[in-house]
Amino acid sequence: MKVFKGRVVTPGEVTAEAVVTHEGFNTLASFQMALQFGDKEVKCGDQNNKELHGKPLLGKALCLPQTIGSTTGGLVLYCACAMEKNPACMLFSGHIDSLAAAGAVLADVWVEGVTMPVVDSLGDEFLNYVKDGMKVTVKANGEVVVE
Amino acid sequence: MILTKEQQAILNGEQGETLSKVMKTLVMYGDAFEAEKLVPITSKYNHLVTSFGLKVMSPVYDLMQQLLDAGVMSAQKFSVDPRPIDKNVPANFLQNLVFNKFMYTKQSFYEDQLKKLGLLNEDAFTCTCYMDEVGNKPKKGDVLSWAESSAVVYANSVLGARCNRNSGIIDIMGSIVGYVPYFGLLTDEGRKATWVVKINTTKKPEAQLLGSAIGMKVMEDVPYVVGLDKWIGNELSDSACAYLKDFGAATASNGAVGLYHIENLTPEAVEMGEKLIAEGAKEYIIDDAELKRVQDNYPVMWKNADATPKLCFVGCPHLSIEQLKTWTVDIEKALETTGKKKVVIPTVFTAAPKVLEAFNKTEYAERLKATGVITSYICPLMYMNNPLCKKMPVITSSNKLRTYTSARYYTDAEILTIITGGKK
Repeated sequence: MKVFKGRVVTPGEVTAEAVVTHEGFNTLASFQMALQFGDKEVKCGDQNNKELHGKPLLGKALCLPQTIGSTTGGLVLYCACAMEKNPACMLFSGHIDSLAAAGAVLADVWVEGVTMPVVDSLGDEFLNYVKDGMKVTVKANGEVVVE
Repeated sequence: MILTKEQQAILNGEQGETLSKVMKTLVMYGDAFEAEKLVPITSKYNHLVTSFGLKVMSPVYDLMQQLLDAGVMSAQKFSVDPRPIDKNVPANFLQNLVFNKFMYTKQSFYEDQLKKLGLLNEDAFTCTCYMDEVGNKPKKGDVLSWAESSAVVYANSVLGARCNRNSGIIDIMGSIVGYVPYFGLLTDEGRKATWVVKINTTKKPEAQLLGSAIGMKVMEDVPYVVGLDKWIGNELSDSACAYLKDFGAATASNGAVGLYHIENLTPEAVEMGEKLIAEGAKEYIIDDAELKRVQDNYPVMWKNADATPKLCFVGCPHLSIEQLKTWTVDIEKALETTGKKKVVIPTVFTAAPKVLEAFNKTEYAERLKATGVITSYICPLMYMNNPLCKKMPVITSSNKLRTYTSARYYTDAEILTIITGGKK
């Protein structure tokens, strides 16, 4: 077990199973097909992301360096939250990027009843340590327990 | 974040709950980047990324309706990304059914919302709003609230405007309150290059391939590119701008680049030169072998990798009028060589409605039509964004389209050979 301390971007507490990418997470490419065509598990559709392609994202602790790609990214994340098709939380090793930040903030301000805690600046060690399937607990103060 | 009295009053709800939530969104967005203040938007027009009335995006239309119901309008008129469907583009019965009865059933409704919110005009649907024919071209130093990754990177890099990689919805919220948070690419520090990319190729690198390589390497950092002016010149000519448009779109979609500097070419690089390079900048050298490695590494998503292509898209981002003319001449010459009268694969060239209008007034329009190429204003990405197209062997020279769909990437020269019936 290891505890990492990050910065709270949008608050919340949750425990979920980790899915991990060490590459940039392309939000549009990952979510577009799953959201449009009702994939119940919201499997990652990004063919360029060999670590995540085909893996379920719904209810998972998504561990990533940053998001990349289209500027619809934040809007897609907002829609995923509004449709309750979102990851349980998003945990960034580095500083959050503008698209993910937008998505997290839009969901926090405009979506009633859905919480997706977002923590950034967890450090490179976090992303080296966490592996698919590990149990991840996010605390309100930005602490992330990985076991 | 320190707010002015006026901004604080909006946040406090003195102009209504909805406007307060818009301000709260922008403040929280800025806080995520330790922005100290909001700064006024100075561009004449905005540009939004969300142009498509996808049924599944109902949370977006609900939010837009909340804005309209509260009488909260954009202070700027805006252009918006391309429409998703066009009857001129080949589609079979099933595709038409899926497009019109399942996917884009909200298109008219959403376009109506856009008109009420401040759409520039009926033809303002394009990802290349900065083309002269379209007229949404910011000035150097203008502060923008734009979204659309390819337009943002072009505005920052080629035009010298200042804009972060804003998401859809954040884009319009900026122009509703008239301010954007001051961070990242709006600041002098944030515009410094943290990568030096050296071009050591033996020929002009393919724009979309070079952009892809750089995007995947630097992610959201700012690259300072050395040695590209040797191939594309040191003036922002039509051809150089078209090259940079395609290059930038690939950097932004294959990575998250919002600004690049090209030594001796882009405005800030010309003004400041190597002073733009941050201390400790990393280095990336690109030669022929590196570009080949990048292209060879693209996954082929077709069920049968040897399938004959059924459709070809060129123009993501939308083509310039000069590109349309150049392609016309190139296709005519290639058809002459292969002895064919028309392209052998259904081929669609996409461009802004206003660019197509201008192109159609030239002699080239009839000549291109004679080759069998179809022109359209659509977004190829939106056309292909469904499982029916996933099964279809589509080819493209757009690295952005390759990234988001099952379309297979080829260089412009390879596309020309394939569509004109030459050997690949």
